[in-house]
Amino acid sequence: MKRSGTIFSNVDWVVVLLYSIMVVFGWLNIYASEYDPLSTTSIFSLSSSAGKQLIFIGLSALTIIIIIVVDDKLFDTLAYPIWIFFVIMLVVVLFVAREVNGARSWIEIGAFRFQPAEFTKFATALAVAKFASSSNFKISKFKDLSILVLIVGVPALLIIVQGDMGTALVFSIFVIVMFREGLSAWPLILGVLMAVIFLLALLVPDHLYLWIGTGVIAALLIAFNRNSVKRILAIIVVAIVVSAMFEGVDYAFNSFLRPHQQNRILVLLNPNIDPLGVGWNVTQSKIAIGSGGIAGKGYLRGTQTTFDFVPEQSTDFIFCTIGEEHGWLGSLALIVLFMTLFLRIIYLAERQKWAFVRIYGYAVASILFFHFAVNIGMTIGLFPVIGIPLPFFSYGGSSLLSFTILLFIFLTLDANRMQHLQH
Amino acid sequence: MIDNRKYVIQGIFLIIGVVFLIQLFAIQVIDKSYRQAAEQNIVQEVIQYPYRGLLLDRNGEIMVYNEPLFDLMITPKQVVNLDTLGFCNLLNITKSEFNEKIAAAKAYSYVKPSIFYKQISNTEFARIEGTLDQYKGFAIQPRIVRAYSYPAMANALGYISEISKNELKQDTINYYHQGDYIGKSGLESYYESELRGKRGKKFKIRNVRGIDQGRFNDGKSDTLAIPGQTLTSTIDLELQLYGEKLMAGKAGSVIAIEPSTGEILAIVSAPSYDPGALSGRNFGENFEVISQDTLKPLFNRPLMASYRPGSIFKIVQALVALQEGVIVANTKLKCNTALIGCHNAASHPFGTSEDLVGAITNSCNPYFYQVMRKMVMQGEVEDPYQDSHIGLDKWRSYIDNFGFGGTLGIDLPGENGGMIPNSAYYDRAYRGRAWKFSNIYSLAIGEGENLVVPLQMANFAATVANRGHYYTPHLIKKASEDGEPLPQFLVKHETEINSEYFEIAVEAMAEVVRSGTGQYRAKLPGIEVCGKTGTVQNDPNPDHSVFIAFAPRINPKIAISVYVEGAGQGARAGAGIAGLMIEKYLKRDSAVLRMEPYILKGDFLY
Repeated sequence: MKRSGTIFSNVDWVVVLLYSIMVVFGWLNIYASEYDPLSTTSIFSLSSSAGKQLIFIGLSALTIIIIIVVDDKLFDTLAYPIWIFFVIMLVVVLFVAREVNGARSWIEIGAFRFQPAEFTKFATALAVAKFASSSNFKISKFKDLSILVLIVGVPALLIIVQGDMGTALVFSIFVIVMFREGLSAWPLILGVLMAVIFLLALLVPDHLYLWIGTGVIAALLIAFNRNSVKRILAIIVVAIVVSAMFEGVDYAFNSFLRPHQQNRILVLLNPNIDPLGVGWNVTQSKIAIGSGGIAGKGYLRGTQTTFDFVPEQSTDFIFCTIGEEHGWLGSLALIVLFMTLFLRIIYLAERQKWAFVRIYGYAVASILFFHFAVNIGMTIGLFPVIGIPLPFFSYGGSSLLSFTILLFIFLTLDANRMQHLQH
Repeated sequence: MIDNRKYVIQGIFLIIGVVFLIQLFAIQVIDKSYRQAAEQNIVQEVIQYPYRGLLLDRNGEIMVYNEPLFDLMITPKQVVNLDTLGFCNLLNITKSEFNEKIAAAKAYSYVKPSIFYKQISNTEFARIEGTLDQYKGFAIQPRIVRAYSYPAMANALGYISEISKNELKQDTINYYHQGDYIGKSGLESYYESELRGKRGKKFKIRNVRGIDQGRFNDGKSDTLAIPGQTLTSTIDLELQLYGEKLMAGKAGSVIAIEPSTGEILAIVSAPSYDPGALSGRNFGENFEVISQDTLKPLFNRPLMASYRPGSIFKIVQALVALQEGVIVANTKLKCNTALIGCHNAASHPFGTSEDLVGAITNSCNPYFYQVMRKMVMQGEVEDPYQDSHIGLDKWRSYIDNFGFGGTLGIDLPGENGGMIPNSAYYDRAYRGRAWKFSNIYSLAIGEGENLVVPLQMANFAATVANRGHYYTPHLIKKASEDGEPLPQFLVKHETEINSEYFEIAVEAMAEVVRSGTGQYRAKLPGIEVCGKTGTVQNDPNPDHSVFIAFAPRINPKIAISVYVEGAGQGARAGAGIAGLMIEKYLKRDSAVLRMEPYILKGDFLY
C-alpha cells in the first residue's frame, strides 16, 4: 500500500478549488455587503467584517493543515468521544450563555465567542457515520434505527432548548443520508406530504375547498382501484385522515409555534401582512436581489445592500449582495458552484470502499445542501426566515470554521482511501 | 436499488437548484417591479412625540404646560449641493460649528437622520421655515418642552431633560429611546409614567434620492401619539405665589397643608430659581449656573433640609408623656435651672412651677427635662442604664407614629426622613460604654441628636389640628382618570394618642398666640390661630426662625410650618410669615396683611 505522491497531492483538487473560490469570493462579497462609499475602511481592516473574516479564513487554513496532517483514522476512533464532547458543550452553553436575540447559543471566553451548535454538525456526522458503518448495523433493525435517532436527536433537542430552532432543523437532513443507506423512502415521502398539507392548510384558509379537493382525488383513486375492496377502504381512510389533518394544522400552528415563528411562516405566504416586521426582511431581500437584473449593478455598487436596507446583510442575507451586484448571471454562477460541490462530494463518497467514509461524505453533502437550500430559499421568499448561514459565504468564524472542518475531514479521509482497503 | 438512490439524492439537489434559478429569473429578469421598488422604497419612521401631561392647581388653573420647539434633523446622504455659506447665515452658526455638526452626523449614520441643531424656538423657526425648503437633506422634528405660567414652585415641580445612559439601562419596560425627555426631579420625575404619554409613529416613503413619496401603507401602520395625563395638584396657586413673594431674598421653607386631607396647599423652597430657565435651549448653561450657586437653589428645603426641632418638639414630648401616663395636665414641675438652663426668665421667673399648658406657652426647659426623665426612667428595672434603654425605645415608638425619624412618603423624590435616636443608636455612638438619661437629656427640649425636616413639622401641625391623626402630605389630588390621588394618600395614620390630650396641646398652642411668644406677629383679628415658636441654634451664626401653626382652632383649614434660615427668634420671621399665609388663605381679598411690609423688608436681626 504505497501512497502515490505526498498526502497533499491525493486530496481532491476539484473540491479544494471549489472551496477556495467560494471562500475568496465570499470574503470579497462580505466587504461589498458592508461597503460604505464615504468611509475609507479597507477590506483588510480589523474593524470591518471583511477584515475579521480574513482572520477566520487564516484560522481555517491552519485547521485544514492540521486535519490533513493528522492520521485520518483518528476521525474514526474519536468519532464518539468528539460527539460526546460537543453534546456536553451544548449543555454547558445552556448555563453559561447570555441571551442574544432570544437564544442562548454562544460561549464567551475573554474576547472570543464560539457556538457549539455549529461544531455539533460535523461531530454528529462522524458519529452517525461510525455507527451506521459498524459491522452488525442494519437499518431495518428497530434497535439500530433508534440509536441513530438518538445520535441525531439528542444534539437537535439540546439546540432547540437553546432557542435556535433553525440550527436544530439542520439535523433533519440526516434522513437523506440514511435513505442512501437503505432507509425506506416513506419517511421522506411522508415528510414532503406533511409539508404540502401544512402549506395548503395555511394557504387556503377555507378548508372546504381542501376537502372538496381531497374528495375529488380520492374519488379518482377509487375509480382506478375499483377492484380491490382493501384498496378502496385504504383510500377512504387516508382521505379522512388527510382532511382531519387540515384542521390539525391550525391547532398545531397555534399551540406549538410561538407568535414570531407563526409570523415567519405566514409572511412567506403573504409578505404584506407584516410589511414592517419580518415581512420587511424578505421584501427588502427580494427587492435587492430583484433589482440586480441580468448582470447586476456591479461590484460595490449595490444600492440596497450598501445603504442598509437589507437587515443582516452580511450573515443570513449575504446572498442579496450577490444577487444585487452580479444579477442573475451571478446567481447562476453561485448555484452552479454549489451544485458542482455537492455532486463532486457524492461522486467521491460513492468511490469509497469504507462505508464510514461514504456515509460521512453523504452527510457532508447533505448538510451543506441543507444550508444552501434554506438560506437562498429564505432570501427569495421560498422558505421561512430562520437563522441559517450560507456556507463559506456568510460572515462568521464559527460557521466558516465548522464547515471547513466538516468538509476537510472528508477530503482527508478520501485522500487516504487506498489505506482503507481492509475495512 | 441503492444505485438508484444515489441518483434520487442528486436529483433532489439538482431540482432545488433549478427551482431557485427559475424563481431568481422571475424576480430578477422578468419582474421589473423590484427594480422600481428598489428606487422608491425607503420607509422613514417619523416619531410623533406625545404631549406631556399638564399640571393644574387645585382650582384648575394651569401651572405647567407644553411649548413646541423644533429640532433640525439631517440625513447626510441626502444633502446635495449645499450652499454652506447661506446655510450658516440662516442658522447663525460659524463654518467650523457647521463642519463639526456634519462630521458628528456622518459618524452616527450616513443614511439615518440625526439631530443637527437642537431646540429651535417657535419664533426662530418661523423665521427660517420658508428658506429651509431649499436645503435638501434637512427636516424639522417638532419637540415639546415645558413652559410655566408663573416662575414659582420650581423645586417641587422639577424639570425634564434628555434621558441619560444609566436611566436607559434601568428602563425595565423598554419604552425609552435615546433623545427622549424624562422627568429628572420633583413632580415631573415622581409622576413620570403618568405624564409622559406614549410615542406615536408616522411612516413616510422616500425614494433613494430623498424625495417624499407620501404615506406608507396609506397611513395604516401609523400610530397616534397619546398625550400624557394631566394632573391636578393640591396647590392653591394664589397662596403659593404669596409664599414665594414673602420668602424672596431669604433662605428656608414654607409648607401649608390642609389637615383633613393631607393636601399640600403651598410648598415654598427659598432660594429658588425660575423653572423656565431649565426648559429649552439654554438648559445647559443655566443648569451650570444654578447648580453652582452656593445657596443651593436646587436643594428642595422643605423635604431635604434637616435641623433640630427645638422648642416645638416640647409639644410632642407633652403628648407622649400624657398618653404614657407619666404626667397629667395639672402636673406642676419647678423651673429648676440646675437641671438645664431656661431662657424665658422674663416671662416666668426662676423657681416658678408651671402646669403643662404654662410650660409649653413659656417654653420652660427644666419642665420638659423632668417630663422626659419621667418618660424614659419609669423604674421598670433597678439598673438605671437598662431602664433608660427600655424607656427610650418606648419613647421612640411613640415618636414614630407622628411620622418623625423616617420618610412620610410624599409624592416627590429625595425626601429626607430626619433622624430620631433609639437605644441601638446610642449604644453604637457610645461604643459599648454605658449611657442613661442624664447623657441624652437634650432630646427633651428638641436639641441633641434629633433631626426633623420642615415637611414633618408641617405634618405635625396638621396632626395636632386633627387632634390625633394625619394623612400623608401629597401634592397631586387627581392622579388618574377617576379623580383620586394615589391610594397611599387616602390612608389615615393614627398616632395612638387620645384626642383629649391633643386638646391640651391645642389649648397651649392657642395660648402661645394669645399671650405668648406668638402674640406679636401671628395673632390675627377674628381668627383663633394656634401656634408654637421655635428657635433653632446655629452657632456661631444667627439662629433659624421656626414657627408651626394651624387655624382656625375649631375645624382647622390650614396647618403650616415656616422655617427661615439665620433670621433669629421664631417669633419674628417665622411667626410673621405664618400669620400672613394663614390670613391670606382664610380671608383672601379681605385680608389685612399687617405684617407684610415687615416681612418683605426682611430685617430680622435687630
